[in-house]
Amino acid sequence: MYESNGERYFVVDGHMHYWNAAPDNWVPGAEKYAEGWIKCFHAYQGLGPPETHWSLEHFEKYSEEDLMKDVFEDGYVDVAIFQPTYLKEWYKEGFNTTERNALMGEKHPGRFVYNTRWDPRDGDEGLEQLRRNVDRYGSIGCKLYSAEWNAGSRGWKLTDPAAYRYLEACQELGVKNIHVHKGPTIWPLDKDAFDVADVDHAATDFTDLNFIVEHVGLPRIEDFCFMATQEPNVYAGLAVVIGGLMHARPKFFAKVMGELLFWVGEDKMLFGSDYAIWEPKWQVEGFVAWEMPDDPELSDYPRLGVAGKKKIMGLNAAKLYDIKVPDEFQLPASAGTPGAQEVLGQEQPVAGA
Amino acid sequence: MTVLARGGDPPEPPAHGRAACPPVSPPGVLAALETVRDPELDEPITSLGFVASCTVSADGDAEVRLRLPTYFCAPNFAYLMVADAYDVVSALPGVRHVCVVLEDHFASDAINDGVAAQAGFVRSFSGEAVRELDSLRADFLRKAVMAGTDQVCRPLLAAGTSPAALLGMTLGEVPPSRALSRLRERRASLGLPVGDAAPLLIDPVSGAAVAADGVPLYLRRAQVTRVSIEANAGICRGMLRHRYATPGQGESEEDQ
Repeated sequence: MYESNGERYFVVDGHMHYWNAAPDNWVPGAEKYAEGWIKCFHAYQGLGPPETHWSLEHFEKYSEEDLMKDVFEDGYVDVAIFQPTYLKEWYKEGFNTTERNALMGEKHPGRFVYNTRWDPRDGDEGLEQLRRNVDRYGSIGCKLYSAEWNAGSRGWKLTDPAAYRYLEACQELGVKNIHVHKGPTIWPLDKDAFDVADVDHAATDFTDLNFIVEHVGLPRIEDFCFMATQEPNVYAGLAVVIGGLMHARPKFFAKVMGELLFWVGEDKMLFGSDYAIWEPKWQVEGFVAWEMPDDPELSDYPRLGVAGKKKIMGLNAAKLYDIKVPDEFQLPASAGTPGAQEVLGQEQPVAGA
Repeated sequence: MTVLARGGDPPEPPAHGRAACPPVSPPGVLAALETVRDPELDEPITSLGFVASCTVSADGDAEVRLRLPTYFCAPNFAYLMVADAYDVVSALPGVRHVCVVLEDHFASDAINDGVAAQAGFVRSFSGEAVRELDSLRADFLRKAVMAGTDQVCRPLLAAGTSPAALLGMTLGEVPPSRALSRLRERRASLGLPVGDAAPLLIDPVSGAAVAADGVPLYLRRAQVTRVSIEANAGICRGMLRHRYATPGQGESEEDQ
């Protein structure tokens, strides 16, 4: 819970991790990839305020106590959603797995939601694993990383027939929240790996599922925004937008927020700290305090009020994850401002789309 | 070897009678590299800080070392930048041999060896790629056209031109500016109309004029494309600065 100016915010961290990326977990022969990955993440942390930077050693492997303090004690988070990323070709026990997350989470009842993951290239065995994870951890969401390397393949698309089998299984199992995270590799490599067109297709074909596009499709915000106006079941995950821009590039942060508020709307945007890349504390404080600057260049963007901030900070995610929010944090039904989908309608033709 | 230091050390005197042409100087190579753009960010690799070093031997052997914001930057765009750098430097008179090295990248070996052998992308990434990168490049030029259209239109709108008036404008009616020249260049690269009589607002795929009722959304689309590219460039610069303490060759203070 975060309180500011007499307003109380229920905080759901929609995207966070508990990883081990220290050398003791590197796969022999793949050390350079394991090291490259965590150093890349560490560079992202460099975009946050200097006083929140960690040493690389601490960043590679932090403790359960660190997490509980950073996220819940200091970071105002009420409920946190674990988003696993396996990367088992580089990390022996995986980078952060459903099992590792749950092992820690079970000691703190009510604090965590365990999302699981799947990879269409794992075939029947992967489907069985998905069923077991849903059964064991009660997952109603999953995190997909389409750039993951797997047995010589460097990635996949949601429209692959194998992926559709998994999406069908998700529908059947009640895994209704699909978090999509794009990365730099895919097959074939000559295509744009960050293209979100496959999410568009899948969202059209699986209307019972919600697709939360992490880091709002960055670096393809424009494609993501346009898709989100057309697909009612597509959401924006704000991890990286707040962490990577709010401090380092405040002007661009305002513009990106303005675009998201216009195209996607405050009802479909979800806060995520991306911990341990960034701690939630400064993000929650900064975001609640943030106002669209009074600048002619930003004058045609929607404003974000207290109601919108409450939704983004937690109420939207609580709705998707059936998290019980105490009445004192709830909003009247009509509070807030709609996004472009309501304003523009859904059948607008656009050149270059 | 002459190393071009930041601020520009004077080049070594040319060797006499060794090469057919006088050897090119590092500033000459750097000027050529300024024409190489990151296709995703639509900015020169020099101002982005991607040129780590640039040297030329007395015999005209040029070596360019490139660096990127992360170890995992997309290999297709990385390949295009290395290949383009190789091409523009090779084309300089006085250059005998060119070596372009991408440093600290997961696919450095495949990219560096592939470009040196002029193998093309498909052969450099055997089994992992189906086509060369022309279509990818064109997709991003179209985004650059949309973003560039916003750059041209924004000041006009701020000065009171209505969206409907923009629809009727031709390129010849837009006051000259750097943004306009840049937009014309990007349109020309795609074979889109660039003459004075060509409409300002066109579909970046077909080149057709935008329909009257599509203008507000078209302008919104142009704006979000520009915001996306610029925000992405901002993140890339921050990541590069975290990764490398020293500025790149040709990177100005304001670029950082």
